[in-house]
Amino acid sequence: MFPRPIATRGPGARALYQIALPVALIIWLFPLLGVALTSVRPASDLAAGNYFGMPSSIAFSNYVDVFQNSPIGRYILNSFKVTIPTVIGTLVLSCMTGFALGVYRFRGNILIFFLFVAGNFVPFQILMIPVRDITVQMGLYNSTAGLALFHIAFQTGFCTLFMRNFIGALPRELIEAARVEGVAEWRIFWFIVLPLMRPAIAALSVLVFTFIWNDFFWATVLTTSASTQPVTAGLSSLNGQWIAAWHLVSAGSIIAALPPVAMFFLMQKHFIAGLTMGAVK
Amino acid sequence: MAMTSTELRSRSWWRSNQQWLTPWLFLTPGLIMFALYVVWPIFESFRISFYNWDGLGEKRWLGWGNYVELFGDRAFKTSLRNNVIWLLLYMLAVPIGLGLAIFLNQTVRGIRIYKSLFFFPFVISQVVVGLMFSWFYAPNFGLLYNLIEWVTGKGIAILADPTLATYGIIAAGLWPQIAYCMILYLTGLNNVAPDQIEAARLDGAKGLKMLWFVILPQLRPATFIAVVVTVIGALRSFDLVSIMTNGGPFGSSRVLSYYMYEQALSEYGYRMGYGAAIAVVLFLIMMVFISGFIWKMMRDERGDR
Repeated sequence: MFPRPIATRGPGARALYQIALPVALIIWLFPLLGVALTSVRPASDLAAGNYFGMPSSIAFSNYVDVFQNSPIGRYILNSFKVTIPTVIGTLVLSCMTGFALGVYRFRGNILIFFLFVAGNFVPFQILMIPVRDITVQMGLYNSTAGLALFHIAFQTGFCTLFMRNFIGALPRELIEAARVEGVAEWRIFWFIVLPLMRPAIAALSVLVFTFIWNDFFWATVLTTSASTQPVTAGLSSLNGQWIAAWHLVSAGSIIAALPPVAMFFLMQKHFIAGLTMGAVK
Repeated sequence: MAMTSTELRSRSWWRSNQQWLTPWLFLTPGLIMFALYVVWPIFESFRISFYNWDGLGEKRWLGWGNYVELFGDRAFKTSLRNNVIWLLLYMLAVPIGLGLAIFLNQTVRGIRIYKSLFFFPFVISQVVVGLMFSWFYAPNFGLLYNLIEWVTGKGIAILADPTLATYGIIAAGLWPQIAYCMILYLTGLNNVAPDQIEAARLDGAKGLKMLWFVILPQLRPATFIAVVVTVIGALRSFDLVSIMTNGGPFGSSRVLSYYMYEQALSEYGYRMGYGAAIAVVLFLIMMVFISGFIWKMMRDERGDR
């Protein structure tokens, strides 16, 4: 193990480490703690200049205010309406492409694979104008469906990379044996490969959920009204309206951050497995 | 069950051809979506960049006109310069992430919670990160502002200062990026061969020497991915600029991705052709890196099989 385990060092070093951990964490999460504290600070505190001290009372009413006086409930709903179909659509498509590229050897395999990989790295701006045009022409501009369709297509690139590598690492004998038995190819996919892909599917669902929930660029390009905007774009426009109402901005930020945070803590193992794929050989 | 002869024939045709047909059938839906929304738009953007177009009316052919205009455009130069600053400073996320990972790679009680909490910033939307740092930097009551005032006697409103705004935004961007690099390195450190470390320890290697000669070579895959995601993150920076400064003050914190959006879609006017030209420049910059990455991945791929 690197560095040397702290347990093998003297008591002084151990005590120092135990103190350094929480101190470093508090410094690291300072902006977050500040915002969390501000979100429960009564407006009167801010008016009186009490920005850092303990709040004079815990004002959960800020959260109630945000829900009552802004369309944030609607924004959250829109975010789900974009995110969930994207997760499902992307997984369906990438299970199939990953299977095709991971199991079969055919001409163009590597070429198609690297097409998906390269597409991932492209800057969004080179896609922006044509994608907006396509969406307008399909009559899906300013709709959650239009946004989800684009996300499905784009995320398929990343997920194909992931799925193909995952399937490629499965034991080939399984598939060969089934073929010898005369099992149809689509049955091999459905009954043999798909059940083995559960960990990959779990990892990708949390990752794609977080990426899409947090997307801001495409939300601003493809949606414009409160009835369709996801929470990232919504929060940005609320920020424009709530000038200096930091207790509301903070409460709104915390609300917007909650779903992916919850997802992360519930599915931590899968999340990190997905994110660090390729970090070890 | 009785079958007609045509059914039988098509069955046997399928049976003898399914081996090569199946992958294509499985690829088709994904490929169609990807071609429509990712591949074709790249070519279309190249085409649009040669036109003068407001997004609705007739396109008017300009040839290299938009690119010639870019050459004399000071806002473009500022954006390009800021992109270079972003790229260089964003790279700090890699060593800092490694440092944090080494700091946290211990087995004391509760360390898993610490690791998750250190990773936290990456899970939050950049919009929220941007708002948090705006609050942190805010003049008069922002924490950092007050801290600087306390130390130097005079507060600095970072986001309102044309020379500092970009650096303030980059610092906000580094926060989640460091967390990402940290988690990559934590996973990497977890998989470093213990026998090699022990052997090196017996040879008297420790500290920085150990890190440089024994650990880092084994962390190479993690470093590769950390560099890739950091380069892409730096060139994709849009959310933070948009949330924290809107490119201001006086356009001093624009980056290419934001300037492109501003030209093509915001209230400054719908100059799709000019916007596309900016996007093409950004794409070409990214292509330099993408081809490097792909080249390396292809080489690894050949080595594997």
